[in-house]
Amino acid sequence: MTRKQKRMSVILAGLGFLAAAAGLTFYALGQKASYFYMPADLAAASVPPGQRIRLGGLVEKGTIVRGQGATVAFSVTDKQKSVKVTYTGILPDLFREEQGVITEGAFGPDGVFVADSVLAKHDERYMPKEVADGLKAKGVWQESTN
Amino acid sequence: MVETGHFALVLAFALSLVQMLVPLVGARTGNQRLMAVGGPVTVTGFALTALSFAALASAYAGSDFSVASVWENSHSLQPMIYKITGTWGNHEGSMLLWVLILTFFGALVAVFGNNLPSTLKANVLAVQGMIGAAFFLFILATSNPFIRLNPAPIEGRDLNPVLQDLGLAIHPPMLYLGYVGFSICFSFSVAALIEGRIDASWARWVRPWTLVAWMFLTGGIAMGSYWAYYELGWGGFWFWDPVENASFMPWLAGTALLHSAIVMEKRSALKIWTLLLAILTFSLSLLGTFLVRSGVLTSVHAFATDPARGVFILCILTLFIGGSLTLFALRASRLTAGGLFHPISREGALVLNNLFLTTATATVLVGTLYPLALEALTGGKISVGAPFFDLTFGPLILPLLAIVPFGPLLAWKRGDIIAASQRLMAAFAIAIAAMLVTGLFIDGASVFAALGVGLAVWLVAGALTDLAVKSGVGSVAPAVILRRFAGLPRSVFGTALAHLGLGLTLLGIVGTLCFGTEKILSMHPGETVELSGHTLRFEGLTPQKGPNFTEDRGRFLLMSDGRANGEITSAKRFYPVRQTVTTESGIRTLALSQLYLSLGDENKDGSVVVRLWWKPLVTLIWGGGLVMMAGAAMSLLDRRLRVGAPAKRRKPAPAAATASPT
Repeated sequence: MTRKQKRMSVILAGLGFLAAAAGLTFYALGQKASYFYMPADLAAASVPPGQRIRLGGLVEKGTIVRGQGATVAFSVTDKQKSVKVTYTGILPDLFREEQGVITEGAFGPDGVFVADSVLAKHDERYMPKEVADGLKAKGVWQESTN
Repeated sequence: MVETGHFALVLAFALSLVQMLVPLVGARTGNQRLMAVGGPVTVTGFALTALSFAALASAYAGSDFSVASVWENSHSLQPMIYKITGTWGNHEGSMLLWVLILTFFGALVAVFGNNLPSTLKANVLAVQGMIGAAFFLFILATSNPFIRLNPAPIEGRDLNPVLQDLGLAIHPPMLYLGYVGFSICFSFSVAALIEGRIDASWARWVRPWTLVAWMFLTGGIAMGSYWAYYELGWGGFWFWDPVENASFMPWLAGTALLHSAIVMEKRSALKIWTLLLAILTFSLSLLGTFLVRSGVLTSVHAFATDPARGVFILCILTLFIGGSLTLFALRASRLTAGGLFHPISREGALVLNNLFLTTATATVLVGTLYPLALEALTGGKISVGAPFFDLTFGPLILPLLAIVPFGPLLAWKRGDIIAASQRLMAAFAIAIAAMLVTGLFIDGASVFAALGVGLAVWLVAGALTDLAVKSGVGSVAPAVILRRFAGLPRSVFGTALAHLGLGLTLLGIVGTLCFGTEKILSMHPGETVELSGHTLRFEGLTPQKGPNFTEDRGRFLLMSDGRANGEITSAKRFYPVRQTVTTESGIRTLALSQLYLSLGDENKDGSVVVRLWWKPLVTLIWGGGLVMMAGAAMSLLDRRLRVGAPAKRRKPAPAAATASPT
């Protein structure tokens, strides 16, 4: 093989790798990325049960119910609509009523959102960015909730 | 003292302007005296930055709340260690640490680079000066740590409790040593492009820097992973969080650079590629700095969000990445291509390594930036997490791991794959045996577990085979083997250790993910729980008081195989200044495995939610990282790579370096 042919074969191999990676990436972005919704967005979005999404909002006041063992039920609200969520596990340290949270999981057949992870804001200074942006967009943002 | 620090910082900025202009002009006009300015200016710039950093650190240590940064991130009751580490536990201070390390590395080149060709040294220092100037300006304009408050508050607002940990003393400095270490490789590349020539002695200079940067970056990532593991209380060691990816991308690209620089040094091939890779690696470090520091991401790392900072760093990013890639496009064709090699050879294996690693880097890059781009363009919000990376990064990295043992056994130029395979037969047999044992006796249900264990054992056995083959096991007498083993070049040990470390890390990951068990339950005092052969009895909660927090400490008596085995404590801490609760997880290391316990909320009936994990072999994840670091250190000790050694051996004539392709 001449130098040129060799270089071509390396470049072709490289392109092959890139094509494989690009194919995997597109497939994975379509299948495995989870979209972020606020409760009021859900009506328009029609998310089928079982599809993984991230649901964000405020923990609605007076809805936290500790059930059997480590299972907790609460509602996530954006002050327009609210959605029931159940979660089994340890809630983050900063999980409180009226605080911003992001839950990740899927809707069960009964319309209750079954979360397998719950994220709260990291410290007292800010809430999850998606939640803050969403509340601002809906016009229900209050500086005091921050 | 604070004003002295502020003044020193301004002076350091002014000096960095001199550093970026004077040596550059000198190199262009061939003026030795102008070029010679670079060294002293760089060293002085470092001294001033160090003074500035010391001033800030002393303000933190002395709890001087008239300084805004100290007021926001410190408290007089904090233990001294967290007062000092708090210096870089905030945006302003961590940027100052960044430039401190940058100027430190620049000063090392200035002091130890006397045997570099003078124009190359001048250009390298000038490029370092440019990076320094940009970041000094960034600090002074948007993130000045020395701003005073008047009147001075009496008490500070405390450091984020999550950061009040020994991890803060180790993780950021190590990570920055890695990030910024790649700036030297970048500067060498840009300098080579400015000069329009590049040779093997260039690679001999760049490779130790790559090794140093890679070693610290490995340590920084491993430490960060362990810190997140025990501090966040979720028991996870890697979350594919964008901030983690920001450090992982330069690591992947840096690993590729480490390997391609070997080819360039030994065989003068892949020159242009190595140079591009050096530019890309540092570009990814800058991108990481941008992602973490600009506030586009929310995480523990984004201390404060200020749009001006984001725009400023984005400008720096565009300037350096765009500028260097433009220079590359204009000048790369003037550089000469290197030697030829057969596809099946050490070079060929290293090229394959680079193909895998760079495409893997690209998938991580897409997964990290796509959500940001989508939000900027359409406003849609998606999250890309572990499922995405399992599907994209996994298929690219697993084949690479499978071929790792072949690489070091292939000869340069033209290798013999059959001979290499024969030498690896024993390692292969051990790996198959490990797979069978896993599949038949430990967990027959999971094919992945067996394959994963097999792959990890294959890597470890392959690394040991390399050492055995090179010291002549099976062909010479034992005494000779020992002598040969002792006489092997340090870089051979370096390679073997790094690959072995990789295998250990993989073994830890597979062990934890496939054989780990977990229980969530609520427990009353006196109740017991059993997990994977260990029994824990909850003794109850006791309130305790720390220097700047109060805590409820839960004690658990551990019984292993029916015998008392000490106790584990986990606590819920409350930091009153920030009104923040944190969980201190309880961890007990048993051989290589860990029992991990995390305390949840107290229920109304007096029981407490407890989450318990059994994590087999988990310590190997970070232990493997340490072994990889040891490998890099071993390679650095190789006589061949002693900084300054190359130029003494031969001074390349300019004509030879620009000669036509061989």
